[in-house]
Amino acid sequence: MKPYTIQLMICAGTGCVSNQSFEIKEVLEKEIKKHNLQNEAMVVTTGCNGFCGAGPIMVVQPDGIFYQYLKVTDIPYLVEEHLVKGRPVKKFMYVPPKEEIPIPRMNKIPFFSGQTLVALRNRGMIDPEFIEDYIARGGYRALAKVLTTMSPDEVLKEIKKSGLRGRGGGGFPTGVKWETCKKIPGDRKFVICNADEGDPGAFMDRSIIEGDPHSVIEGMIIGAYAIENVREGYIYVRMEYPLAIKRFNIAVQQAKDNGLLGDNIFDTNFCFDIKVRRGAGAFVCGESTALMASIMGNPGEPRAKYIHTVEKGLYDCPTCLNNVETWANIPQIVLKGADWFTGIGTGDVTHDPWGGSKGTKVFSLAGKVNNTGLVEVPMGITLREIVFNVGGGIRDGKRFKAVQTGGPSGGFIPESLVDLPVDYDELTKVGSMMGSGGMVVLDENNCMVDMAKFFLRFTQDESCGKCVPCREGTKRMYDILYRITKGEGKEEDLDLLEELSNMIVESSLCALGGSAPNPVLTSLKYFREEYLTHVRDKKCPAKVCRELLTFSIDPEKCLENGHGCGVCEKNCPDGAIYGEKKNVHFIDSMKCGKCGVCFDVCKFGAITVE
Amino acid sequence: MAKLKIEDLEKITEEFKRKMTLREGAGRVKITVHLGTCGIAAGARKIMNSFMEEIEKSKATDIIMTTSGCAGLCSREPMATVEVIGNAPIKYVDLTIDKVKIIFDKHVMKGAFVQEYALSVGSEKIQ
Amino acid sequence: MSSETQNKAKEISEKWDNNPENIIEMMHDIQDEYKYLPREVIESLSNESNVPVSKILNIATFYNAFSLKPKGKHKICVCMGTPCHTLGAARVAEALERELKIKMGETTPDLKYSLEETRCLSACGLAPVVVIGEDLYGPATVPNIPKLLKKYEKK
Ligand SMILES: Cc1cc2nc3c(=O)[nH]c(=O)nc-3n(C[C@H](O)[C@H](O)[C@H](O)COP(=O)(O)O)c2cc1C
Ligand code: SF4
Ligand code: SF4
Ligand code: SF4
Repeated sequence: MKPYTIQLMICAGTGCVSNQSFEIKEVLEKEIKKHNLQNEAMVVTTGCNGFCGAGPIMVVQPDGIFYQYLKVTDIPYLVEEHLVKGRPVKKFMYVPPKEEIPIPRMNKIPFFSGQTLVALRNRGMIDPEFIEDYIARGGYRALAKVLTTMSPDEVLKEIKKSGLRGRGGGGFPTGVKWETCKKIPGDRKFVICNADEGDPGAFMDRSIIEGDPHSVIEGMIIGAYAIENVREGYIYVRMEYPLAIKRFNIAVQQAKDNGLLGDNIFDTNFCFDIKVRRGAGAFVCGESTALMASIMGNPGEPRAKYIHTVEKGLYDCPTCLNNVETWANIPQIVLKGADWFTGIGTGDVTHDPWGGSKGTKVFSLAGKVNNTGLVEVPMGITLREIVFNVGGGIRDGKRFKAVQTGGPSGGFIPESLVDLPVDYDELTKVGSMMGSGGMVVLDENNCMVDMAKFFLRFTQDESCGKCVPCREGTKRMYDILYRITKGEGKEEDLDLLEELSNMIVESSLCALGGSAPNPVLTSLKYFREEYLTHVRDKKCPAKVCRELLTFSIDPEKCLENGHGCGVCEKNCPDGAIYGEKKNVHFIDSMKCGKCGVCFDVCKFGAITVE
Repeated sequence: MAKLKIEDLEKITEEFKRKMTLREGAGRVKITVHLGTCGIAAGARKIMNSFMEEIEKSKATDIIMTTSGCAGLCSREPMATVEVIGNAPIKYVDLTIDKVKIIFDKHVMKGAFVQEYALSVGSEKIQ
Repeated sequence: MSSETQNKAKEISEKWDNNPENIIEMMHDIQDEYKYLPREVIESLSNESNVPVSKILNIATFYNAFSLKPKGKHKICVCMGTPCHTLGAARVAEALERELKIKMGETTPDLKYSLEETRCLSACGLAPVVVIGEDLYGPATVPNIPKLLKKYEKK
């Protein structure tokens, strides 16, 4: 192999690919050839680097120089400067918000230095389509260790001891689930990887699969060995992730070709194989019983869980379902030991598997935060650290309002609780939940009633319709919220919302219905005033609920800054704007349909919204 | 494709180790050749190539070889900095291929720096 | 029934071992091929895979992935993930409705564009996100919409 002196690690995650990272790679290679550097510089495409908001991203190793927002046209210059002349290029480097001096090295950027990588340990380091890269970073060693030196019971004991809890939503202790599945008699059992990632705003699982699919596969093989009598595994990936599906298929094929899946793995008598199945666009299929129905070729309707899937799951056989990130943690726990894992996180799990939250959690940080992307942090870190240190604070200097965690099943956490340590139990205590790790940051321009309505619409769309409280209850709640945002709400509506919530929570068949009211309940709990302003004063303080707003033109700004440019008039779909060119313009509030277009098109900030 | 045996995992790792060490920026020794315009004019590429040959010959996988810009001392090019991780980096000046061999042998492999070719102890950082 | 559709259905069914349990994967392949599930292909698939037409229709209506009606040449999807919502996806959606003169879920009469909402595409770093065909755009802003559509006018 060539003794390269420089490696250019270019991100090929979904976000960066859509910003042309493959084209950038091509041009890079062409330029490198042009300068006759092909024996020194190597271009590597990696999985999602995590700093998705600043893509396309490239890290130049060994110095760890971090470049962002690259364009195809920047590449010739960059190659000339950095590779030929050896001068890293400042203008493509990261500059912290409100500062001017760039930070050249990736590990000095707070977004990266504040993280602890376990599930994402290979991110940006390997080409996910080469199994050799994974192996060279210690991959499949855990499997080798397990198959040659540990009995299935010993593996199970180690996982139990580690206190690992499910990363897919409920936080169920993984060791306990495996043990239950193991104890149920049966000679045909299954393991499944839940890669349906339905929570809107979550992209942890996608990134793990795109960046390091073998870690998930290795985890599943180890799980199958520990539970015993498991020869078949499934990976259920949502169809909205074409790249992840492709990478899983490649990885599974490579593992088969190398004998890491199939019969007599590592010449032992252990046999195990994996199939990849595509989801079909139904949120409820993330739920265990619905997911299994879908794999068997049926509509994904949940069934009542009097009998758990660990007993009777896929094809009525005992089945162990775990989330992508849960599986990706397994090889590391096996290699480094349970004690290492329990050294990270909160609480004590020696006697009670629910006694704490151990290890790290991957969050997808998005919304009104400066650094959008994927962050892996130790359990117990505060929200403040995630939002303000790793996340770099709120965009455009706005005021932080709340964080939404747990997606449609979770809730809102207000600014007053920003010092809350993030773990399973603390989040549940305040009415939200860990969920799969989606974390959406809201600022003063987000309306909580509107957000609650957004989630209700989501759950109502995604309710499978099997049971009445979920199907009809969420619809009624949505209607009420819709009325409030239109200025037709009454004070009694707030109590009615709470009543309906409790009814739905108590009588829904599956957890989709059971947790659907959480966004409403938490927003009512922490932002009741905002609801009341909508109901009593018919105003939306965040200026989101359109029907409650009045649009007008600030005559001074229109004349002095914009010289009455007339752009708004041209764009108003209702013909509600009048004015002579070069003169002040006016909005006829009777005609105005409150579409907000004028606000978007006026470059002079002359449109005011009240 | 052949089925992997456990020993093969180590073989693959060895084979790819140099690539990974470079990627992780974590080696035992880091050699930086200064490739500014004047460095290149003074023959820095030849120096880099001979370092690379030495690395090849030694079969070592824990040495990172990289390049950087002009070190600001144009009259003493070609230059290289050798850093045994944990020790102060040493800057060598007026390099020739023969000097490279000696430096590689003594400093990179055995950890004893070659005083007579050295300019200074310490190095500037990329900023 | 044309033999072309019959052959396609046969090929896809065989790819999935003619196993009725793999019906959803087969339907994915048909959807990928035709961009919707044409009635006659459903009937052929039913013959090949031994899954009743009623069940295929049931699955097709349950899952968002499948469509029983033909779609426009350019399918425009507005991401409805939470981060996109917080950053103004609804406004972008309205702007598209205005430009195309159709509502969400509809197709233009010339079968050129369909407008749809999609579940979160997890490209939240680029929110708000719009996908046209296979191309993902973000951040999409209201003033940019007409320019974006222009790119597809001649395609
Ligand atoms: C409506 C609904 C949607 C869910 N979606 C997901 C999902 O997208 N991904 C996931 O891993 N778990 C999801 N879950 C949780 C799973 O049912 C299950 O608890 C989890 O996959 C178990 O894995 P874990 O123990 O490793 O977390 C969902 C649950 C419900 C009720
Ligand atoms: S709670 Fe909702 S999603 Fe769950 S089974 Fe009932 S109707 Fe379906
Ligand atoms: S776009 Fe702005 S500046 Fe121009 S006429 Fe309208 S309000 Fe005035
Ligand atoms: S909000 Fe819309 S309808 Fe009202 S004035 Fe502005 S552009 Fe016209």
